Amino acid sequence: MTSTVLRRRTLFPGLRGTRRVLVVAAALTVLALAGTFLLDPFRNFQLATAAAYFCATAGLTLLIGMSGQLSLGHAALMATGGYGYALTANALTEAGVTGVPRFLVALVVAVVTATLVGFLLGLAAARLRGPYLAGLTLAVVVAVPAIATVWSGVLRGDQGVQTAYDPVPAGLDRLIALEQWQAWVAILVTAVVVTLLALVRRGSLGLRMRAVRDDETAARLNGVPAARVKVTAFTLSAAGAGAGGAVLCFVTQSVSPGAYTLAFSLLLVVAVVIGGLGSIGGAAIGSVVVVMLPWLVGAGTAALDLPADLEQRLAGNLSVLVFGALLIVVMLVAPGGLAALRRRRPAPLPTSQPHPQQTPER
Amino acid sequence: MSQHIPARRRIAALAGASALALGLAACSTPSAAPAEEDGGGDATGVTDTTVTIGTHTPLTGPAAAGYSSISAAASAYFDYLNDNGGVHGRSIEFIVKDDGYNPANTQTVVRELVQQDGVFAIVNGLGTATHGSVLDFLNQNGVPDLFVASGSTAWNQPEEYPWTFGYNADYIVEGAALAQYAADEHPDATVCVLGQDDDFGDEFIEGVELAIGADGIADIQRYSVSTQDVTAQIGAMQAAGCEINMLATINGFTALAVGTAAQLGWFPMWFSSSSGADYPTLVGYLGEEMGPKLLQGFTGTNYAPMADDDWVALFRTVNDEYNGGAAFDGNTIYGMSVAYLFAEALAAAGEDPTRESLVAAVASGDLKGNGILPLSFGEDDHAAYLGVGITKVDQGVQDYIDASYAVEGGAVTAVEPQPVALTGKGLPAS
Repeated sequence: MTSTVLRRRTLFPGLRGTRRVLVVAAALTVLALAGTFLLDPFRNFQLATAAAYFCATAGLTLLIGMSGQLSLGHAALMATGGYGYALTANALTEAGVTGVPRFLVALVVAVVTATLVGFLLGLAAARLRGPYLAGLTLAVVVAVPAIATVWSGVLRGDQGVQTAYDPVPAGLDRLIALEQWQAWVAILVTAVVVTLLALVRRGSLGLRMRAVRDDETAARLNGVPAARVKVTAFTLSAAGAGAGGAVLCFVTQSVSPGAYTLAFSLLLVVAVVIGGLGSIGGAAIGSVVVVMLPWLVGAGTAALDLPADLEQRLAGNLSVLVFGALLIVVMLVAPGGLAALRRRRPAPLPTSQPHPQQTPER
Repeated sequence: MSQHIPARRRIAALAGASALALGLAACSTPSAAPAEEDGGGDATGVTDTTVTIGTHTPLTGPAAAGYSSISAAASAYFDYLNDNGGVHGRSIEFIVKDDGYNPANTQTVVRELVQQDGVFAIVNGLGTATHGSVLDFLNQNGVPDLFVASGSTAWNQPEEYPWTFGYNADYIVEGAALAQYAADEHPDATVCVLGQDDDFGDEFIEGVELAIGADGIADIQRYSVSTQDVTAQIGAMQAAGCEINMLATINGFTALAVGTAAQLGWFPMWFSSSSGADYPTLVGYLGEEMGPKLLQGFTGTNYAPMADDDWVALFRTVNDEYNGGAAFDGNTIYGMSVAYLFAEALAAAGEDPTRESLVAAVASGDLKGNGILPLSFGEDDHAAYLGVGITKVDQGVQDYIDASYAVEGGAVTAVEPQPVALTGKGLPAS
């Protein structure tokens, strides 16, 4: 990953290792928080949504790009986090707990639940490959509405679970609007989650993941516990998805199966592929694209002043088409994903796997 | 690459500093909210010549075929109204956004309507689960949330949701009316319920129980919108020996239930809530061939004008002229009726309407609407209709029969319909 090394050194060249990741993360977080002041409430809502997606796509890009396991079921893991958050938050509200403590406890429960589910899935995943693994994860996401219906007493079927909203904390409420506060929370949670994932990515576990991805047998011969590495990768990415689901539930005060369909799951995969597999920056770009594209398409068709029935037919369908087209174009023009475009040198060809020994020095 | 480093560094530092500076400069975010006009009211979305309103509705997804004609009909009525001078000289701009009957999409499109498009009010947002997900948002932001296209009792909570008003007769009323009618006409029949797996189904069942008691229902089955198959439920109902099937289903699932039963060679009586009882829509699903045969005697509830009524004649003309002659069905009448009611409310809100005066106009209880029973809006009542008429399909015509019920004080009583006569061209007096 020569190009990655070059890119990394352009910002804060004096720093290295973990400290470098932390400083970059802190700087980007502050920038993002400051950026919320420039946005109107709807844009802040979109930013918060993108941040929530980023939690999930960062985990997913780690899983697919680094450990070589494909998951089409990450929407289900996000849903797990969302339901975990909503049910815990509601239970806490009844117990009289509100505000920040409620959010933190519910967030932790959401992440732990999603992590557990991810661990169980990962156990199965470590024994499966390629299409079989994709099939398993596909089944999980297809089952979400059925699960919500079967346990409709708790999960409330298609209607989903609503939670009470957390107002802007006293003291800040004169300074910022609700959507901005929600964006702040989303950004902070995402910063923690993504920073941890970035540390894993560049650490020894990341190295082992790449080894397992490139040649499992060779990795085993070198003493890498391949199955354990794969399960760990799955579990970690599930934690990211769980946090994303919890943040999304915090922002919208509801979780429902309709939000986590198969299409959404595929969209997450599309996001990391468009952004650039294995790249955290690419995951960020991908999640912004996923949030902005349907809105842009909607705004575009509205501006075109199409006949009412054509507009009706396009609504909701056109953005899926555009996603497909965008995926094809990106794969043809920039096989390394959009993240590779901002590098000075062209990304390596998609067929040439990055060599583990060229990964950043530690 | 080394020669680029200092430049990059400087840019990064500069960007960070300027973002912070801008951030501190823009500390006024909250007060940038609603534009306070003279009189202290909020007139977001109102200009000298226009009033912009919006709605969320399924144009795609499982409920689209049954409901997408509602917003088109409302748009057509507004076009007709605008061509006839609008309300207080302002034309109404109606923004329709698709949510695919999916609560997650509803949240996005409604935020977009309120925060991006700056609508004056949300009018006739469709769906119980979908609209439920934006109820808090709309009320926290003080956006009039008028005439929700759902019969959930959730809209009738003036204390908690002062900005929200329903439009449909609530599902408790519909369930109670149908069950009472069944008890009056078929006292010995075995009654069962097929309900949607959300508040729609829950409240309908509550209504049925109100009229005939919990032990009056032989079997209750539920379905989920995301699973397009009710064979198991219909099979269970047949096995339970149901003779009258009460339906809390959206149009698509009413047709699915009737069609599935017919495939099993089973022909019970069907009693449906108004949300899933529109005859032309059902025939559209079941086919011109089989539909009329399967739906003969189909019983439903309604409160809007039907069959040969002056309102219907007017709406038919408006549909031909402003809606490209689209198929004319109960949804068309429903959509235009809601649009008329909104126009009436806007006219009553005064020369310079504000969000406050609009809601006050609805809560005043002075609106007439065009239903067969008086509107029940008031300070303490945000439900539109507390009673319904029973409709029946006979030889391909769906119309009221001589039976209307209202729910008052937790009891179902028979009432006389009092339809509002059409005056002039069906335009609100302003």
